[in-house]
Amino acid sequence: MSTRIVVDPVTRIEGHLRIEADIENGKIKDAYSSGTMVRLLEEILRGRDPRDAWAYVGRVCGVCTSVHSLTSVRAVEDALDIVIPPNAELVRNIMFCAQYMHDHVVHFYHLHAMDWVDVVNALKADPKKTSELAQSISNWPKSSPGYFSDLQKRIGKFVESGQLGIFSNGYWGHSAYKLPAEVNLIGLAHYLEALEWQKEIVKVHTIFGGKNPHPNYLVGGMACAISTDDVSGLNAERLAYVEQLLKQGKEFIEQVYIPDLMAIASFYKDWGAIGGGLGNYMSYGDLPWNGYRDTSSYKFPAGAILNKDISKVMEVDLRKDDEVQEFIDNSWYEYKGKGGLHPWKGESKIKYTGPKPPFENLDTSKAYSYLKTPRWKGNAMEVGPLSRVLVGYAKGREEFKEVVDKALTDLNVPVTALFSTLGRTAARGLESTLVAQWGIDFFNQLIDNIKKGDTRMADSSKRDPSKWPAKALGVGHAEAPRGALAHWINIEDEKIANYQLVVPTTWNASPRDAKGQVSAYEAALRDTPIADLKQPVEILRTIHSFDPCLACAVHLYDEEGKHISRISVLGD
Amino acid sequence: MDNPNVPTAPTYLEEFKRKGYSRADFLKFCTLMAAYLGLENSSTAQVVQAMSTKPRLPVIWLHFQECTCCSESFIRSSHPIVADVLLDQISLDYSETLMAASGHQAEEAMKNTMTKYKGEYILCVEGSVPTAADGVYCMIGGKTSMQILEEAAEGAKAVIAWGSCASNGCVQAAKPNPTSATPIHKLLKGKPVIKVPGCPPIGEVMAGVIVHVVTFGRLPELDGLGRPKAFYSKRVHDTCYRRPYYDAGLYVESFDDENAKKGYCLYKVGCKGPSTYNACGVTKWNNGVSFPIQSGHGCFGCSEENYWDNGRIYERASAFPGFGIESTADTVGKVALGVTVGALAAHAVMTNVRKKKLIKGLEKEGKESEQELKE
Repeated sequence: MSTRIVVDPVTRIEGHLRIEADIENGKIKDAYSSGTMVRLLEEILRGRDPRDAWAYVGRVCGVCTSVHSLTSVRAVEDALDIVIPPNAELVRNIMFCAQYMHDHVVHFYHLHAMDWVDVVNALKADPKKTSELAQSISNWPKSSPGYFSDLQKRIGKFVESGQLGIFSNGYWGHSAYKLPAEVNLIGLAHYLEALEWQKEIVKVHTIFGGKNPHPNYLVGGMACAISTDDVSGLNAERLAYVEQLLKQGKEFIEQVYIPDLMAIASFYKDWGAIGGGLGNYMSYGDLPWNGYRDTSSYKFPAGAILNKDISKVMEVDLRKDDEVQEFIDNSWYEYKGKGGLHPWKGESKIKYTGPKPPFENLDTSKAYSYLKTPRWKGNAMEVGPLSRVLVGYAKGREEFKEVVDKALTDLNVPVTALFSTLGRTAARGLESTLVAQWGIDFFNQLIDNIKKGDTRMADSSKRDPSKWPAKALGVGHAEAPRGALAHWINIEDEKIANYQLVVPTTWNASPRDAKGQVSAYEAALRDTPIADLKQPVEILRTIHSFDPCLACAVHLYDEEGKHISRISVLGD
Repeated sequence: MDNPNVPTAPTYLEEFKRKGYSRADFLKFCTLMAAYLGLENSSTAQVVQAMSTKPRLPVIWLHFQECTCCSESFIRSSHPIVADVLLDQISLDYSETLMAASGHQAEEAMKNTMTKYKGEYILCVEGSVPTAADGVYCMIGGKTSMQILEEAAEGAKAVIAWGSCASNGCVQAAKPNPTSATPIHKLLKGKPVIKVPGCPPIGEVMAGVIVHVVTFGRLPELDGLGRPKAFYSKRVHDTCYRRPYYDAGLYVESFDDENAKKGYCLYKVGCKGPSTYNACGVTKWNNGVSFPIQSGHGCFGCSEENYWDNGRIYERASAFPGFGIESTADTVGKVALGVTVGALAAHAVMTNVRKKKLIKGLEKEGKESEQELKE
């Protein structure tokens, strides 16, 4: 006999996620993942100017900010056959790298760490021992006994005040927390340092895009003109600022994030065998070195892996009718026909059939989520850092092999440990080190171009809609921090006729399909041990390892309920 | 530690002393804080009083139809930094983005604050509330956002509407607003609501609003639309460093052209600075690094009501020839945006008339200060 438990809201994520799980004999027998908020952005986009779309869809997510805008301008440029200048590609890449560094560090410390780090236990740490430990794993300068002792006093006073704020009602003291007090104290110190650090790296966006969150993009390139001899353009001062931010970002990742990740992981090696899930991984690839159209130049290669078989990487084609399709068998939508639909041909109408709120439980024998269910050639796929790292590793890319093999050796775990909750969390850190270096490489290439006299930043030759074809289809893709992201656009008579997004968290968090095939979250939760039904910290560990981003699940219908077309947005 | 058995929350002064600062340091801090808030010297005493006696301000921060850009912007604040806000100034008892607890424990944390600090806590809302289909388009813990808002607002001392979603509905309320996304002031009766619009608002502005409430125990002064005057009383256009190019009739004609490289005015490529009230031109973004116009893209008016439906992003707005720096949102009101041919010439005339006065005033000021220097 199983017991149903509910976690809603799942906190430390973007958006609104609900998990229901059936527990039997101390383990999860089955789990259900439900997205419970919808905004219907696609109906709002219909009829608008395709050049404006990036701003609307940018508002899908403010955590993985910029990635939807990037994907959108790529989709429109694909539809209108625009090739952007190399400098614009480089600026977009540098912003992308800055976004990864920000997003992954914030995820690790502010969204994920409290699943592993017992904040209250940190008060028991010996500051001197903490200092010795910190200095043994990193050269990071803030590591003196006095530093840790001051912090401990500050937190001690905070806890005594009785006003625990964001730490209220945490699962402190739970048997699943395994770190020594000293490691907990280091984790807490770096939680606060990372909170201060994260506001710096985003300034790369502010310089190129004017602000963060939600920097500005532009169809045809970027709006930040290069002008080495004017105070308003990208001049030596602005570029030096970017370089300094990238270097400081890399330093934090190498000296704080990675040592902490490895130290914490070494106490949770059992999680290298928990939370594996599907075993199917997919990446669309990103960070072009030689233009977006040259997919072979991507620093993150594209491909799909099935059944953990890393000897074989398959190609993914976003234009083919029978590859990416979306299903709604367990979603609060309805189709006219049956089966799955490619996003260019998608249709749907929202139809909430869940219980009337307030309710205690969803009826999971029926539709139970605002997320649709995407499939690749009928397969449920996991997307995200682990998928990217595995595809890079499986394709034999040296940079990937180096960081992965070193981590496996340092932790003394087999390669199979990658297929797990721990593997997912580790992969995010490993790719951060790669991206931190690539950001600097892209920056150097930008400087090189400017030195050679190329200052072009935008191609305006097709900004005038009279130069567009009457009808055009486009697809843009990106590897968002949370995984493979694509937008499909249909332009008719200078306007958006249809705009659709299939986003990483839709792949990972969607409900099961008609065949009963579960998606990544539900697969990963199965068999997870739960020590205390009232404090299911283990569920949070695995769900957070995906870094959920449930900004919205959006579908299109008109006021009469007549189908027009649809998009599905969920997460980044 | 001073006294480990004290059960009550420490005051700001105690926090200061614990950190090794003297009372003199504390007074200096309060003076700075008052200066930061743009207050007269006489207000300093008030700041000292407020910060010496109060436990941390309890805050409940709800998320509805949103993208979390407001929470992200808040943690970007450089002064004060958010770690200090969280540890020393407020007690953020419920925040789906940052709190450790999930599920029942999270709901319980919110309930505890609502009971224990009834009438004292600040309710912050990020996101709009969908009222269509009985509210099922946004549900948390099995309840609709409508119900959660109602419950949480009841015992709140004041409500802060973060960002354009909570202030005016933002992107999901753009036509045809399929979920009936509703800004919160339309759903709350008898509660003061501070609107802090923008997509997102500037981080330092958000922290500034919180600091104001913490320090004075009262709301900042608001304009006719419910926005803090300190940050929303000037148009981006009137505080823009590219304004002289507008006045001189020098414009970027298309992105990345020669004029763009010279940093000319972006009005012709769609800048909505002339109709947007925000602090971007002064406070700027991310600790003053830049703002959209400085980085070559026009302002698209993200802090204005219904900005998604106020014309296309790259469409030229009307020139607003008759309005100058002295206008505020209260007096100008909502002027419809649209393409006006010939408005530029009219503007030039108006500007010259007004500028003469301005220049005369400045000259006088300059002479006076010169005189002072000589004396």
